[in-house]
Amino acid sequence: MTARTMERTDHTGAPAASRLRSRHLLGIAGLEADEITLILDTAEAMKEIGTRPIKKVPTLRGRTVVNLFFEPSTRTRTSFEIAEKRLSADTLSIATATSSVTKGETLVDTVRNLEAMAPDMIVTRHPSSGAPHLLSRVCRSAIINAGDGTHEHPTQALLDAFTIRQHKGRLAGLKVAIVGDLLHSRVLRSNALLLTTMGAEVWGCGPATLMPAGIDRLGLHPTTSVDEAVEGADVVMLLRIQHERMHGHFFPSVREYFALFGMTSERLRRASGNVIIMHPGPMNRGVEIDSDVADGPYSVILEQVSNGVAVRMAVLYLLAGRDEMAEEGPP
Amino acid sequence: MPQVMDADRMSRALTRIAHEILERNRGLDDIALVGIRTRGVPLARRLARTLQEINGDDVPTGALDITLYRDDLMRHAVGPQPLVRRTEIPFSIDDCKILLVDDVLYTGRTIRAALDALIDFGRPRAIQLIVLVDRGHRELPIKADYVGKNLPTSLRQSVQVRLLEVDGTDEVVIEEEP
Repeated sequence: MTARTMERTDHTGAPAASRLRSRHLLGIAGLEADEITLILDTAEAMKEIGTRPIKKVPTLRGRTVVNLFFEPSTRTRTSFEIAEKRLSADTLSIATATSSVTKGETLVDTVRNLEAMAPDMIVTRHPSSGAPHLLSRVCRSAIINAGDGTHEHPTQALLDAFTIRQHKGRLAGLKVAIVGDLLHSRVLRSNALLLTTMGAEVWGCGPATLMPAGIDRLGLHPTTSVDEAVEGADVVMLLRIQHERMHGHFFPSVREYFALFGMTSERLRRASGNVIIMHPGPMNRGVEIDSDVADGPYSVILEQVSNGVAVRMAVLYLLAGRDEMAEEGPP
Repeated sequence: MPQVMDADRMSRALTRIAHEILERNRGLDDIALVGIRTRGVPLARRLARTLQEINGDDVPTGALDITLYRDDLMRHAVGPQPLVRRTEIPFSIDDCKILLVDDVLYTGRTIRAALDALIDFGRPRAIQLIVLVDRGHRELPIKADYVGKNLPTSLRQSVQVRLLEVDGTDEVVIEEEP
């Protein structure tokens, strides 16, 4: 065994791949454990750049990255923009409210027009599940999914895994409880896929009305009991109640939801002694999470945000080296 | 594959370089060592230890990964991106004399990248270059200040430096490429 492989496997025991197999990042589905380890290991190196006096490396000089967001986002879009700028890429962000989309242009036409200006990568968020997959079939550029409908949000799951690994040193064998609106959550889907691939035990907890059909196919243990989910958990992850996606009544009132599922210090006592509390944001205090917990000593919520930049730099770097010619296997 | 340096010769070369560092800089004031990953890092640590034994002063030592500064990144359409590893420079390099350490000096492109990377950490007073082996064939105007061994080679040969910390043995060998 060479020193290089020794150095790169000391965190999880899972060896890192030497490359990503696809030239797009459409979801966690399709990523194998060694590719996830490669992204997380690369993110470790990227994180150090954020601590330098000059937080910039010349790696993506001359590359153009378009951030095309069809849904409101502050955290994810800002995080991608900072990641792109730290790698010296030329970036431009398009908010759909001010674009031709409002004039009736279709998604594919919008992207084909953007492609005519030869960007190298397109980071996209779209309210429809599968939109980035559609684009990856019609585009020359590499597509990075920054959230599609209720489907996947791969960079969020990667930054969550990175944060967990920094605190616990590993992912395998950990009990992770994910509590909240499971039905509308792309974060749940990506996290469940990633964490189970890496050998963690994942519990999904929420009201029965907010449980997607076929949730057990994600490889997690579904439960409606917060106490059961939190019991002995190493990681508790809260998900936002997504009022904007709810076209119906899923629970009687926000106060009742908080009373039954809201994460309080009282409920957390069942968790492991050094539990960490995570939330992908934006938080609804007093709905899925109590302020005591959000601002408490176990909370790593703001670390998740800073780690997001390092993880997105890793993804941009690893995909930038991929070329259309190098495509392997099915897209 | 002829061995051109064994453990003894390597250790003598590093001791000689340590004495040259002390002589040229008149001591170790404001001096720091930065090794280029992979094998420059253990070499820098060994030099720090030797300098400490000779002079009694601790020399701050860091590790530099130059991958993100390479001039050949993104030029190979096919093939994996080189692995990026952590840069660890846990001290301010402003106004320091930085001794940059690498195993082999060849085209000079690694050193060019390392100089760019170092400048992003601050403004050192001076940067001096230490290499264990200088094998010639420079493509850039770069020259080492301290050389363990000058080794004339042909372009078809490759020079392998193996170190105890990384490879389990101390030696330098020349290999003929097919």
